[in-house]
Amino acid sequence: MLLIPCPWCGKRAQTEFTYRGDATVERPDLADSDSQWYDYVYTRDNPRGEHTEWWHHTGGCRKWFKVRRNTWTHEVISSEPPVRD
Amino acid sequence: MGAFRNSSGGTLDRTQRIRFRFDGKQYSGFQGDTLASALLANGVRVVGRSFKYHRPRGVFGMGVEEPSAMVRLRTGARAEPNVRVTEVELFDGLEAHSQHCWPSVNFDLGAIANVMSPLLPAGFYYKTFMWPATKWMFYEHFIRKAAGLGSSATEPDPDNYSRSYEFCDVLIVGAGPAGLSAALSAASSGAKVMLVDETPDGGGRLRFDDEVINDGPADKWLNETLRELSKMPNFEFRFRTTAFGYYDQNMVVALERVSDHLPEPEPGQVRQRVLQIRAKQVVLASGSIERSIPFGYNDKPGVMLASAVRGYALKYAVACGRRAVVFTNNDSAYATVTALHSVGAQVVAVVDSRTQSPGKRALEQLGDAKLIQGSVVIKTKGLRSVQAVEIGQIADEGDSPKKSHTIRCDLVCVSGGWTPTIHLFSHAQGKLNFDDSISAFVPGADIPALHVVGSANGEFSLAACLRQGSDAGIESAKQAGYETTASVSIPTAPEESVGDMEPLWSVPRTGSRVKRFVDIQNDVTIDDIELAHTEGFVSVEHLKRYTTLGMGTDQGRTSNINGLANLARLRKAEVPEVGHTTFRPPYTPVSLGALAGVDFSEHLSPVRRTPLHQWHERNHAHLQNSGVWKRPAYYPRTGESVQDAILRETRHVREKVGITDVSSLGKIDVQGRDAAEFLERIYINRWKSLQIGRCRYGLMLREDGFVFDDGTSTRLSENEFYMTTTTANAGPVLEHMEIYAQTVWPELHVHLTSISDQWAGMALAGPFSRNVLNTVIGEQAASNENLPYMGVINARIADVPVLVFRVSFSGELGYEIHIPSRQAELVWETILAAGQEWEIAPYGLEAMTILRIEKGHVVAAELDGRTTAADLGFGRMMKPDGDYVGKRLAERSALTANGRKQLVGIKSIDSSPIPRGAQIIAEPSGGKPAQTFGQVTSACFSPHLNQEIGLALIKDGRLIYGKTMYAASPLTGREVPVEIVHHIFVDAEGERVRG
Amino acid sequence: MAKSPFKRYSGFSLLRNALSNHRRWPRAWRDPEPRKSYDVIIVGAGGHGLATAYYLAKLHGVKNIAVLEKGWLGGGNTGRNTTIVRSNYMLDGNANFYEHSLKLWEGLSKELNYNVMFSQRGVLNLAHSDSEMESFAIRGNAMRLNGIDAELLLPDQIRQMVPHLDCSQSTRYPIFGGLLQERGGTARHDAVAWGYARGADALGVDIIQNCEVSGIRVKDNRVVGVDTNRGSIDAPKVGLAVAGNSGRLAAMAGLKLPIESHVLQAMVTEPLKPIIHTVVTSGASHVYINQTDKGEVLFGGDLDLYNSYAQRGNLPRIEYVVQSVLTLFPCLRRVRLMRTWGGVMDMSMDGSPIIGKLPIDGMYFNGGWCYGGFKATPGSGWCFAHTIANDEPHELNKALSLERFETGALLDEKGSGAFAFSH
Repeated sequence: MLLIPCPWCGKRAQTEFTYRGDATVERPDLADSDSQWYDYVYTRDNPRGEHTEWWHHTGGCRKWFKVRRNTWTHEVISSEPPVRD
Repeated sequence: MGAFRNSSGGTLDRTQRIRFRFDGKQYSGFQGDTLASALLANGVRVVGRSFKYHRPRGVFGMGVEEPSAMVRLRTGARAEPNVRVTEVELFDGLEAHSQHCWPSVNFDLGAIANVMSPLLPAGFYYKTFMWPATKWMFYEHFIRKAAGLGSSATEPDPDNYSRSYEFCDVLIVGAGPAGLSAALSAASSGAKVMLVDETPDGGGRLRFDDEVINDGPADKWLNETLRELSKMPNFEFRFRTTAFGYYDQNMVVALERVSDHLPEPEPGQVRQRVLQIRAKQVVLASGSIERSIPFGYNDKPGVMLASAVRGYALKYAVACGRRAVVFTNNDSAYATVTALHSVGAQVVAVVDSRTQSPGKRALEQLGDAKLIQGSVVIKTKGLRSVQAVEIGQIADEGDSPKKSHTIRCDLVCVSGGWTPTIHLFSHAQGKLNFDDSISAFVPGADIPALHVVGSANGEFSLAACLRQGSDAGIESAKQAGYETTASVSIPTAPEESVGDMEPLWSVPRTGSRVKRFVDIQNDVTIDDIELAHTEGFVSVEHLKRYTTLGMGTDQGRTSNINGLANLARLRKAEVPEVGHTTFRPPYTPVSLGALAGVDFSEHLSPVRRTPLHQWHERNHAHLQNSGVWKRPAYYPRTGESVQDAILRETRHVREKVGITDVSSLGKIDVQGRDAAEFLERIYINRWKSLQIGRCRYGLMLREDGFVFDDGTSTRLSENEFYMTTTTANAGPVLEHMEIYAQTVWPELHVHLTSISDQWAGMALAGPFSRNVLNTVIGEQAASNENLPYMGVINARIADVPVLVFRVSFSGELGYEIHIPSRQAELVWETILAAGQEWEIAPYGLEAMTILRIEKGHVVAAELDGRTTAADLGFGRMMKPDGDYVGKRLAERSALTANGRKQLVGIKSIDSSPIPRGAQIIAEPSGGKPAQTFGQVTSACFSPHLNQEIGLALIKDGRLIYGKTMYAASPLTGREVPVEIVHHIFVDAEGERVRG
Repeated sequence: MAKSPFKRYSGFSLLRNALSNHRRWPRAWRDPEPRKSYDVIIVGAGGHGLATAYYLAKLHGVKNIAVLEKGWLGGGNTGRNTTIVRSNYMLDGNANFYEHSLKLWEGLSKELNYNVMFSQRGVLNLAHSDSEMESFAIRGNAMRLNGIDAELLLPDQIRQMVPHLDCSQSTRYPIFGGLLQERGGTARHDAVAWGYARGADALGVDIIQNCEVSGIRVKDNRVVGVDTNRGSIDAPKVGLAVAGNSGRLAAMAGLKLPIESHVLQAMVTEPLKPIIHTVVTSGASHVYINQTDKGEVLFGGDLDLYNSYAQRGNLPRIEYVVQSVLTLFPCLRRVRLMRTWGGVMDMSMDGSPIIGKLPIDGMYFNGGWCYGGFKATPGSGWCFAHTIANDEPHELNKALSLERFETGALLDEKGSGAFAFSH
């Protein structure tokens, strides 16, 4: 049972959350190329090691946030709200 | 009590005699016995049979390590197969049966396998049973007859299980000397400490070793310590609790056997409980397990671990034999000599494979027993149990020992050294090092928040175990934030010199047919390991899988290292080079019932009931599962068949008026100054132009361009929309919108709230629905002017504020009324009462399904995740300008090409029913494979059209209206000619719904 | 190495070798040193890689083939799955491929002279609602029209076939019926790797274990070889068959894939006298169960649902899978779980595999197997060998191309979209 650190609620059991995968991909603009859209929807870095990913506190505050987690050791390193520049 | 029990000694309660049965025969033992000690006390030697060769097996160990003495415990629905007798606390009326033998454990016809064994080496089945090629299942039939050990119950277990979540600062696993010493120091700091131990009373080796602590007998210290700890409010002891898994972030999972020691659980008591323990720090003091030495026929009843023999003598006053030989490569087994003497058994000789002398204490323990150094037991003799052993001198490396003499004996106490129990450390991804001095793997690099101490850490001296435990207790408490203020006195024990152990991984071969067992549960021998090596199975995993070494229920606790070391010998490599297999949870097998807790069968998933559920039940609705929901399927009247009820309800809507519960629809309140803009990006169609008080059908895509969900949404005010989703996607749609609102377009001011539970919904449909509605919300309030098609008004029914939507799922004049959930039943009843004049009747999901097929409305069957908006006829809804989810990828070639399957209607040409789930083919198939052009997604008899109709997804379907194709169902042997038509059968022009 | 006159396996050779106490069996495969160059390098000595090498040598006459394996052969998902073999797919692109694979299974023991214990004891999918029965019918009818066996069963038939299954109404999702593929079943997973390894080795393929690929050398968009911990090896053709680690290998060639790695757990109980003789799967809670020839009840369920390369799983999934098993077989509550383990799945973005060419000349890809790689082993090797030998896919794996994600010609059996973990 992983403990996921929700930036708003603190550490909670993994069963309260929904996972959504890679949080490094960014939705392109309408004008961007086909290949950018293809990459956004389909291709993934899929690293063995540190991975930034979306989690959703479904059974809590219902916020999406980014978690930095190691896909090899399952160590949860940090979490942050979904800020964009 | 029992011929092999001493009249005094042990820690039994001899006032409490306990009767039990084994294989139908009555025996007795004492309170405090295990089934193993009681059987041994009664002289029962053969308890079971081995897996492969059906060789006789007796008690070998004393606890969790027991490889072979397994029984089927209890009977009937409580029967439990493969139970180690060493772990069963004796209770009155206990019944156990031997297993994996027929007709009896002493005369087992399966033992023919032993005679055949030369033909059955490791992996023999890979090399044969291939002729004739198609007949494997014939052979397999017989192999499966021989498979398995015990039989499971065939009835559901009547007992209950539970789960608890525990939190502590320091968790200590194992209540032996190291664990207790750790507990004392950790608890003295004020930290919340939990100590778990698999036995009923803890103490570890102190319960059956003659030791000294703090200058007094060890058991005195043990009892004082237990008493002291039990008085501390920050300390908790869990006996009969086995920590079986170490999971991410310091979560230790343990099984507490709450009432397994009783004949059955007390009323209200669970049988077992799984503890999920979150500890800030974990101290692993899980001890070590003695290992065997492979020598000739070392599997017979009468060959036992030296420590087990000692334990049975000191704790249970049981002599495991009358004339014993001790066979060892280390000092620890010498204590068995004195232990055996204490129960009146004779020790004929100690055979020590080492040439150097044992330590001082060992020599004291030896007493006047004969010591045969530099020698080994070559093999045992005896039919069903040990009657003698052959002794020989160790020759040069690899050579066979020379037989020197034979000793008559009925017990061989073997010790091949000790293996630290580091399973949990391995679960935690700890790396292991090989310690040459004890020839065992020990914990390597440190793992944060995990401390391994005592013999689990490869430390076998009692003094050091106590010290390490105490240090770890202080350190773990400190790391958990508790500094010890008082000085902690570390328990002391005499420091002793112990002779070095010398590894003896197997006694070299002395005869071609002599079996030297490594794994006595699965019958893996040294020859099997040699065969695996000869054939190239030289990685440890290949060895394990090819020979089944260590894959039994004991997971090779007493044998794995012997297997690895023998592989290393053959590979001419060192043991650490060969490596070890991975330890996986659970440490020891755990009942499925305990792992499941209470959430299975009818509690597998929660049941969701609509606010009108009780009304449906009172009115005899047939309730059916609809995902997690219970929804009314139909409301049968007395004497009415299912089909009649459904058709009646359907006709009633078309001809009069019906009402149905749609509360399970997802409802989302979308608010904010960008709410319209947000919906514009979520749906494929336009929303900014929607007027207040109007609703619109919306379709949303996934980002990959395929249809995700549909529903109607209503503009309640400039900045507030009331969205509905399908029942199944209520949760996923909200999550989907949340990720866009929060992460993709955080600049949009929009707030999403699920109001699915807060609002109930009911659909009122039929030609008289307006009459009914007017009656409840006020004359003419629902007129076409006030409430046009796709309009919304606020109204009151029975003084309850409601939202009334003019929408229709059925193709009839219809409304949806949404009500705060608590008032749902009141409003429903009010409408029913008002509708009596028009013979209003409730209808269920079945009628709704027919109505929607007639109207050509799509549901999950058509929105199957592979259809595009255009496939479903919604291509023109896709706005050409502006961004929305799925827009770009919906433009991909394969999503826009000709030849896609499109939504169409189908009519049965010969009026026979269209088979459900049929595939569409061009010509009658004649029962042969054929090319398919699509599939029937929904089909029904339409009472309105008096015709068999359906919806289908067919390749370029909209181009072939009027064409005849065939709905083929080879599964049911039916093929029905169908005409391809438009998918809307009823009210295609929308006159009814707008009327 | 002693030459044995009894290289072929049979009851007779077993008898003869018994006379010499089984000390004269030949090695099942050699342990060669890697050569400087090969005509084809296959990365990954799991079932798929070994089968590919076998068919390349056997059917396509390729002489110099190496299979490189970072650990021990068959040590990845080949040896970690629940051993189920079936071809009950709905979409043509999948169905024809898996059916071809199933046909190869039917002759595999004979083909390899190695008993892979392919047992066609039937694969039964249980339906727990009327709509599930309807979608089973759509799938079953598609199968039959594709020439694949399928039968729709009613609860009574199921009760007879699987006696200890809870077919009552008192459970959360009562059984409405099922879809049976009789020709489906199980096989002994390790034996498949070992059989193909032995077969490939006999055809001259170098299987090189403990040889980890650390780089893929590409020149002018053409592959020229690989770097390994045992030196560089040249080859004009390199095929990747490393499901679970596909992303990492592709990254060495500068490619990104529509794949995520996820952990899937499987588990067994202690051995019991066999009471379940059919493979039983249920969609209500996603669980699949069979009882092995050793008597262990073997089952698995869903992914742990977060990206992972760790070959170990977490407790919540185990609990849920066990709850699902007990829901179907209530009599197993006192039976004990003996072992759990995890495998790393290549989860593709539409839930179907990829066998085809990569955008680099001479590079070929086999992966994205999601839950279903084991059953595909023979067909996958067969098609991949064809693709490598001819530099173009076979008709059977045309639909399994990498390009389908760009064009949208997806094979999404479940219809859950571009979320790897959802399939």
